[in-house]
Amino acid sequence: MTAHRLRSMIWKEFIQMRRDRATLAMMLGIPIIQLLAFGFAIRMDVRHLPMAVYDESRTQESRELVQKLQATDNFDVTRHVNSYAEATRLIDRGSVRAAIVIPADYARHLKRGRPTSAQLLVDASDPNTSQNAIAAAQLVGQRKNIEVLTALSRSPLRTETPPVEIRVRPLYNPALKSSIFIVPGIIGLILSVTMVIITSMSVVREREQGTLEQLIVTPITRGEIMIGKIAPYVLVGYVQLTAVLTLGHLIFHMPIRGSLLVVYAVTFLFITANLGLGLFISTLARTQAQSMQGSYFFFLPNVLLSGFMFPREGMPHIAREIGLLFPLTYYLQILRGVVLKGANFLDVLPQTGMLLLLALLFFGFSVKRFQKRLG
Amino acid sequence: MRESFPGAEAVVEVRSIVRRFGKIVAVDDVSFEIFPGEIFGILGPNGSGKTTTIRILCGLLQPTSGTASVAGIDVVKDPDAVKSRIGYMSQAFGLYRDLSIEENLRFYAGVYGLERSWRERVAWAIRTMHIGGQPNQLAGTLSGGTKQRLALACALLHSPPVVFLDEPTAGVDPAARRLFWTIIRGLADQGTTMIVTTHYMDEAEKFDRLAFLSQGKLKAVGTPAEVKSGFGAGKSLEDIFIAMQEREGA
Repeated sequence: MTAHRLRSMIWKEFIQMRRDRATLAMMLGIPIIQLLAFGFAIRMDVRHLPMAVYDESRTQESRELVQKLQATDNFDVTRHVNSYAEATRLIDRGSVRAAIVIPADYARHLKRGRPTSAQLLVDASDPNTSQNAIAAAQLVGQRKNIEVLTALSRSPLRTETPPVEIRVRPLYNPALKSSIFIVPGIIGLILSVTMVIITSMSVVREREQGTLEQLIVTPITRGEIMIGKIAPYVLVGYVQLTAVLTLGHLIFHMPIRGSLLVVYAVTFLFITANLGLGLFISTLARTQAQSMQGSYFFFLPNVLLSGFMFPREGMPHIAREIGLLFPLTYYLQILRGVVLKGANFLDVLPQTGMLLLLALLFFGFSVKRFQKRLG
Repeated sequence: MRESFPGAEAVVEVRSIVRRFGKIVAVDDVSFEIFPGEIFGILGPNGSGKTTTIRILCGLLQPTSGTASVAGIDVVKDPDAVKSRIGYMSQAFGLYRDLSIEENLRFYAGVYGLERSWRERVAWAIRTMHIGGQPNQLAGTLSGGTKQRLALACALLHSPPVVFLDEPTAGVDPAARRLFWTIIRGLADQGTTMIVTTHYMDEAEKFDRLAFLSQGKLKAVGTPAEVKSGFGAGKSLEDIFIAMQEREGA
């Protein structure tokens, strides 16, 4: 391997990248569009669920409960109904996503300090959206309890503040905003998709256009071709990372709690692992169409099993095992840890080690498979 | 026209090479020698094994059996070592269409390891190949003849002793073809061995010596006159070629 040949290869790839304006625009534009789409449109924390109210109590106290539920921003009262059956029917039809049922004796029990309950019906067909609503409703109930207990306390040492304060405090993402959670995910997803697709195409393109045949009769080595091909895309990856981090911070107020140095360093391994994967696909594919299909074959499990969309903890055993083969799985843990929770390098060392292993594995495989021969 | 080169040390030696692709025998027990400074033609109809032979000699394909050496290197045992000592121009245009004339030359100069001398060599190539017009023009937009001379230029930057040209004149207009042959003759006169495949019979007379391939077998090897006489007096190479194709078609 000579530095001179490698430099020539990198120089050539940069010129070609610069000339291919459409691809370049895509590589830089898509991350930003994706970020905005995921950040704004796909909100897992759907707030303002339409809610029906079945209030048999019709008292000051019951109205106050409904009002407190509304005040959490999780519920919007859209209907008042006169029977339990009507409430469930509305949920069945999807007209409302939740219903609060307050029994007739609610206020009476409350005043006497006897236990009472109101029932919240929630359409849990989408567990993601309903979870927040349930948590918010429970919080309202707990606060009410405290209030009542405090009022009933006849202690002479009574103070204005409640004796026991139970507060559910969501860590790391106090507003339970999924846009914050999603930004690191988007960084990982964008990086892995661009790197795999672009590199898987690039070797195959040379093969298809006949330029590879001319190239492999020269003294250039396999390693030089491979490294020369991916080097410019490492830079592209860093531009993407920086763009999404910056926008995520500015638009979605995603905090950056850990060290950016760790993020940038670990990203190098992640990019290399994905480039290696892309190269590997390109050594298997004969045409650009085939390598595109190969990339898509990788794309879906990458999204579904890596923990980008669904928590890996809830997956069946086999799915979780398959997920371990994707660099994104580890990178997401690292990124969420470092960016959102302020984890340090030692915290994410195991995942970093796995990334290194995968990078070496994929890259080694593809150099081995890429023969400087035809047929 | 030159005579053959008796007594000279062969720069290319092919001994009984065979290459199979599955059941098809693309090259079937072919042997010949090529001497320094020769323009050596490999002729034959499509599918006769010309390209396969050249690819074996360039270290791009492993022969199923047999031995071959090029510029003193055993290409079967050490296919990578031969690459710095040969130039190769593929049948299809193999340069980067989205790079300019100068960028392609500069890239190949770098790949062949020319560090300080690259400017000189690129200038030489542009001059010798008559491609100096617009050095910033993208290779993809060049005419067929210019493309082909640019490809030859890239293959010659590192001054290889042996150059392989696979169907270099296919699809090129007559004026460009004449210029191309003039350049090749000039290079051969300076001692570069040129190995050229073609299926244009009217080009056969331009070779110092040639090998005739058909269905992977070597039918004849020698000067154009020798090959002609071997097939019966009074026949042109074109007649022989057509006769051969008809026999195979039948």
